[in-house]
Amino acid sequence: MNRYPLWKYALVFGAFFISLIYALPNLYPSDPALQISPVHERPLDQAVIDKLTQDLTAQKLLPKTTEFNTKQTLIRFNDTETQLRAAEEAKKSLGNEYIVAMNLAPSTPKWLSALGAKPMFLGLDLRGGVHFLLEVDMPAARQKALARYEEEFRDVMREAKLAYLGVAIENDAVNVKFKTPEDRTAALKELQKTYQSDLIFQDGTASDTVSLVATMSPTHLANIETFALQQNITTLRKRVNELGVSEPIIQQQGAGRIVVQLPGIQDSAQAKNILGATATLEFRLVDDSGASATEAAATKRIPMGTQLYKERNGSPILLKRQVMLTGDSITDASAGFDQNNRPSVNVVLDAQGANRFSKVTGENVQKPMAVVFIESKIQETQVEGKTVRTPIKTEEVINVATIQEQLSKRFQITGLDSPTEANNLALLLRAGALAAPLYIVEERTVGPNLGQENIDKGFISGLIGCGLVMLFMAVAYRMFGLIANAALIINVVMLIAAMSIIQATLTVPGIAGIVLTLGMAVDANVLINERIKEELANKVPIQTAISRGYSQASDTIFDANLTTLIAAIALFAFGTGPIKGFAVTLAIGIFTTMFTAVMGSRAIVNLLYGGRRLDKLSI
Amino acid sequence: MLTKKLIDFMGLRNRRIAAALSIFFIIASLILIVVRGLNLGIDFTGGTVMEVAYPSSKAPDEVRQLLAKNGYQGIVQNFGSSRDIMIRLTPKKGENNESPEARAALSEKMTAILKSETPNVEVKRVDFVGPQVGDELREQGGLAFLVTLGGIMLYVAFRFEYRFAVAAIASLLHDAVVTVGFFALTQLEFDLSVLAAVLAILGYSINDTIVIFDRERENFRKLRTETVTNVLNISINETLVRTIMTSFATLIVVVAIYVFGSDATRNFSLALIVGIISGVYSTIYIASSMLITMGISKESLIPPERKDEELDAMP
Repeated sequence: MNRYPLWKYALVFGAFFISLIYALPNLYPSDPALQISPVHERPLDQAVIDKLTQDLTAQKLLPKTTEFNTKQTLIRFNDTETQLRAAEEAKKSLGNEYIVAMNLAPSTPKWLSALGAKPMFLGLDLRGGVHFLLEVDMPAARQKALARYEEEFRDVMREAKLAYLGVAIENDAVNVKFKTPEDRTAALKELQKTYQSDLIFQDGTASDTVSLVATMSPTHLANIETFALQQNITTLRKRVNELGVSEPIIQQQGAGRIVVQLPGIQDSAQAKNILGATATLEFRLVDDSGASATEAAATKRIPMGTQLYKERNGSPILLKRQVMLTGDSITDASAGFDQNNRPSVNVVLDAQGANRFSKVTGENVQKPMAVVFIESKIQETQVEGKTVRTPIKTEEVINVATIQEQLSKRFQITGLDSPTEANNLALLLRAGALAAPLYIVEERTVGPNLGQENIDKGFISGLIGCGLVMLFMAVAYRMFGLIANAALIINVVMLIAAMSIIQATLTVPGIAGIVLTLGMAVDANVLINERIKEELANKVPIQTAISRGYSQASDTIFDANLTTLIAAIALFAFGTGPIKGFAVTLAIGIFTTMFTAVMGSRAIVNLLYGGRRLDKLSI
Repeated sequence: MLTKKLIDFMGLRNRRIAAALSIFFIIASLILIVVRGLNLGIDFTGGTVMEVAYPSSKAPDEVRQLLAKNGYQGIVQNFGSSRDIMIRLTPKKGENNESPEARAALSEKMTAILKSETPNVEVKRVDFVGPQVGDELREQGGLAFLVTLGGIMLYVAFRFEYRFAVAAIASLLHDAVVTVGFFALTQLEFDLSVLAAVLAILGYSINDTIVIFDRERENFRKLRTETVTNVLNISINETLVRTIMTSFATLIVVVAIYVFGSDATRNFSLALIVGIISGVYSTIYIASSMLITMGISKESLIPPERKDEELDAMP
């Protein structure tokens, strides 16, 4: 009696062994490190890194190790202090060509990483950093769209020589007034040609005026909102990349919000400045005088009337000084396909821009034209204890295309590599004038010291709580208490392994959740042990008492834990941030508890007592 | 089975006293919540909280005056040690003309003011919650609470019987109300983590209740000659050691979190301490007592086909 088949022992101890391996990376401390990567998409030069390490060593900022890679180099340090100073030094010595990001690099040994074992992902409250919840100003996005229609309506009716009295925005609709119903019918026919899919036209209800009311269709409104959101996410991603953050999180939350998490960022003011940067666009002609851009970049001698820019891949390009068009003139840009089914971007300009653009492009057919993306932000630096604000402008050529014909109000940019590129370009093109404003609705900043403090305190409270519970169990149930403790240890290891495998985020409430799980996990063993005691008191043979104790308590344990799981699920569904972390640990803990407290402890009991003649039980 | 001395939990007199006590606790808590109100954290009200560390000890009054000089009024207090200061600014009611940008930038302005006086003050934590987010979190919190209660009720009704479900919910509501009442009484900050604790209490307290219900169901089948009151009494007595042991073990860890854990989980663990103690009481007195009040009987619990099985199994 009380013997498990071999496979059950194998399952319990196998699960424990595997968990041990996957929980192990958490024991290796993370190193404060710098992550260095080039701004442009080109390989990193070993010489640059070698020089940097020399500089750092000269400053007595000794790197622990340097892991070189052409995409990204990781320099580890012994402590945060050195890392912070090294980051400043690296930024100075490398300049704007490289992104220097501070990072907590896990020091998982190779044989463990080869198995895919990783330490738990620490939440911002543990590693320090900034969390922003940004809201896209949807009413503003709608108003901008309406303003665009208002202007376009005028253009359309002017071009078609239709009579109207006035166009105005009223109550989320564009209102066009006419002298006679006949004028209205004619205008409706013309306007519907272009806008049928996006707008709903209705006759105005006021009795004293003849008017036409155009409202945006629900699907069109939804499109505008999705677009505004996606566009903001795209530009945020671009900016966060420049900010130099390792493992940033930029995610949509709900219908109109974006979560931005920047681990390791200590200066939330600077982060806000960069996230709040304003973007503009310029269309310029590519210099065709035959001067070599590479040569100009190398010699720093720039031909007259041109300006040196960089393309996305980092290669230099010379553009004419004269600006053909600015982003303010773009009223719409959307990704699509041209007649040959290649990805393209359809751009719409306002009337003024269209006139100008038409003239310049007419004179420059078959010449290449570049789109320059310009971001301006204010950088704050500490100079001799004072805050100095310097405006910073970053310019980048995001697209070069050949002008095929004279362009006007609506034109297409083709020659793009993929639909994704078309999509990104469309989003960036709209960034100039049409971006829906973003504002911060939630901010949570945790300093790096507090993060470490939270880790330490969480660890200590867990250790003490766990130790006391184990002591209590050993005193209360003697040998069976020790068995319960063994099950508890397996439980912790499995819980941590599960969190590491699914890369769930560990937060401060999450640590509390783990500790709480341990306190509640012993409940299952208390139930079992009390049952066994009861059976023994009823003079049931020892082996039968053990068996009955386990089987009768199992149902209760199952019911009790499942109801707790309901609470955990509700917490996960409705909670945000750290609370979600708590819910995850609680839920995982329920499963590991049911496994270890029942099957795990039973396996140990069976190994120790199974099939033997017993006179007394140490319980 | 009946050799041990039974504590008469379910005797009429004791039940009456317990009922009076429970009703008193609930009403007192409700009055406290309504009259005194909760000291809601910025998670729910919106506002800005900053935690800063000074290089040497700092009187909150000094900081308060410094802020007042610059036109800001907020709650300033020591936090953890005499070097750590917590500043809390909540938007006053009716003052909604501030732009969202200005609200979000408040923490920077405060940092600048503090740094102008003490340059090496360290900003440890900044929490800013916009008013619209606060409203939503409040709404979602309430929803999470209701969904949890509903889920538990359905599960218990499915596994046991509807009267058990009602009794379980009554005892859970008691625990939740008493815990929230405790926060109204002490005026400790009620934030998102405390709300999470209240939900965890629901999960924990139902655990206790289910264990006793399980035993009651078992005993209804086993002890066919006993009266309903006796069956409940025996069940509670049989599980009493377990109830105390488990609650004690859980209390140990929660107290460890309270004493040694991070500041962020202080109120969270306090809520759990109150909830666990209340949970022990409500499980014994409210859940089972309500079963009697609602007229539970053996027949109401045992499905006919199960009965046959049980009979067959008997020698």
